[in-house]
Amino acid sequence: MSDPLFEFLCRMGDNTLVLGHRVSEWCGVAPVLEEDIALANTALDLIGQTTLWLNLAGEVEGKGRNADALAFRRDIWDFRNVLLVEQPNGDFGQTMMRQFLFDAWHKAYLTALQSSSNAQIAAIAEKSLKEVTYHLERTTDTVIGLGDGTDESHDRMQNALDRLYPYVGEMFTSDTVDAALSAEGIAPDPASLRPQYDTLLRDVFSQATLTIPASDFAHKGGKSGQRHSEHLGHMLAQMQWLQRAYPDAIW
Amino acid sequence: MYAQMIKSTGKGVKSLDEMDPEERAFQERINAGGKIEPKDWMPEGYRKTLIRQIGQHAHSEIVGQLPEGNWITRAPTLERKAILLAKVQDEAGHGLYLYCAAETLGVSRDQLTRDLLTGKMKYSSIFNYPTLTWADMGAVGWLVDGAAIMNQVPLQRTSYGPYARAMVRICKEESFHQRQGFDIMMKMANGTQAQREMAQDALNRFWYPSLMMFGPSDAESVHSAQSMAWKIKMNTNDELRQKFVDQTVPQAEYLGLKIPDEHLKWNEDRGSYDFSEPDWDEFFDVLQGNGPCSRDRMEARNKAWDDGRWVREGLLAHAQKKRSRNMAAE
Ligand SMILES: [Fe+2]
Ligand SMILES: [Fe+2]
Ligand SMILES: [Fe+2]
Repeated sequence: MSDPLFEFLCRMGDNTLVLGHRVSEWCGVAPVLEEDIALANTALDLIGQTTLWLNLAGEVEGKGRNADALAFRRDIWDFRNVLLVEQPNGDFGQTMMRQFLFDAWHKAYLTALQSSSNAQIAAIAEKSLKEVTYHLERTTDTVIGLGDGTDESHDRMQNALDRLYPYVGEMFTSDTVDAALSAEGIAPDPASLRPQYDTLLRDVFSQATLTIPASDFAHKGGKSGQRHSEHLGHMLAQMQWLQRAYPDAIW
Repeated sequence: MYAQMIKSTGKGVKSLDEMDPEERAFQERINAGGKIEPKDWMPEGYRKTLIRQIGQHAHSEIVGQLPEGNWITRAPTLERKAILLAKVQDEAGHGLYLYCAAETLGVSRDQLTRDLLTGKMKYSSIFNYPTLTWADMGAVGWLVDGAAIMNQVPLQRTSYGPYARAMVRICKEESFHQRQGFDIMMKMANGTQAQREMAQDALNRFWYPSLMMFGPSDAESVHSAQSMAWKIKMNTNDELRQKFVDQTVPQAEYLGLKIPDEHLKWNEDRGSYDFSEPDWDEFFDVLQGNGPCSRDRMEARNKAWDDGRWVREGLLAHAQKKRSRNMAAE
């Protein structure tokens, strides 16, 4: 296994990179103009966070790679994002549900990272947390509004939750990277954050009149990089195309 | 320019003596450089012309998200992606300010949106052209936002208050758009052989459509004369086009790119460049809905609106439920 710190930073940066990319796919085609603006805002925040995490990853790695090199020149097996964020946008409800499920984890995790023993990580977490707190407020409102809206919006949101819930568990699995980092006080043990996450979900979904699926089955393979979904490859083909086709160019 | 071929009353400009006292006071206020505010009296023609003009401008901002949105997921670096996203986000914001300005004239955003989606209202011809390479993101910022600025800077002094104030906010952002476009062109023009070719190709494809943005010559147009008397149009189309060419040619030279016009020549006497007119038949084809991307653009907007219906309805239903729950609790 490579350096746990590098792995961890790639996990953070790849989550925001891949989700930011997905959100940016909405550009210009959202249900209302205010959502076009808000989605672009979320995507911008996530891309900004990506730059911070992946530049630090490159520094820690010490092989001269910066955030762009990591984002645009790695192939699928090197990506360390959780499977949730690479899931396709689907309809607006699915996009909002994915964002909510991620934001709720993201906020809890960043909050803990603020007291990381690594000062650079704590600083990035602190800056990101301000943005992510706002993301979570928005997605909470939207999930509740659409869940408790019309019959159609309710059904669509329930479908989105059923479709995406099996990707929640991976965010809370702890592996050897997590163990190494939490031993050094760099990052929390993800499993320790699950109870507060579940409390939040129960509260929000009860207001949204949505039912949390009974099964706790969790897909895995994203954060370890062992088995991503097919969707990620298509995203990379699009995202990385210019850098791959014109490797000598400076943009 | 995002508003093209805006029709006014078509009756020709009245002299002050021909006006009744109300209209005369209105016109004198405009002549003195005063602003008209939503609650003020205004001629029906002024109101309707402004709705058409501001509406078309707003629609252009909205549809204008699409050609650039086309490259957000393929932007070559994280920084370029963020800049482009921020730019497209600004354009959505511009659409929002402008719809708000139009609403002060008594037309709702929903009504204007319906008129766009049914094709009753138009948007700028330029957004019916495809963006094919990354250099097009440079060319669009440099030329398209550049041409828009030419028109919008004078409109900051337009007679209708809400429109003028929207323009002030918009112009600040547009000049940033143009700079980022030029910056992309610089990187491309000073880059590899392939990048230089992309840059030249983008200029070749966007030059004449950019000139078309100002609309055909309107020196003789009664609509234009009326709009200028009302100060909702500050310059003729030809004046703005000439200014744009004079500003852009040296920039192209600086980039080492060639403007695709054999007749382009400095005219010592006029102190301006002579240049070829764009193909106005093509322009009218585009206005008729036969632009290279006209159908795609309208389909994309209609699909977004239709797909979004359940979301708008859901959020509205929730807001109503909340309101009635609050009332029951009181
Ligand atoms: Fe704009
Ligand atoms: Fe624009
Ligand atoms: Fe712009």
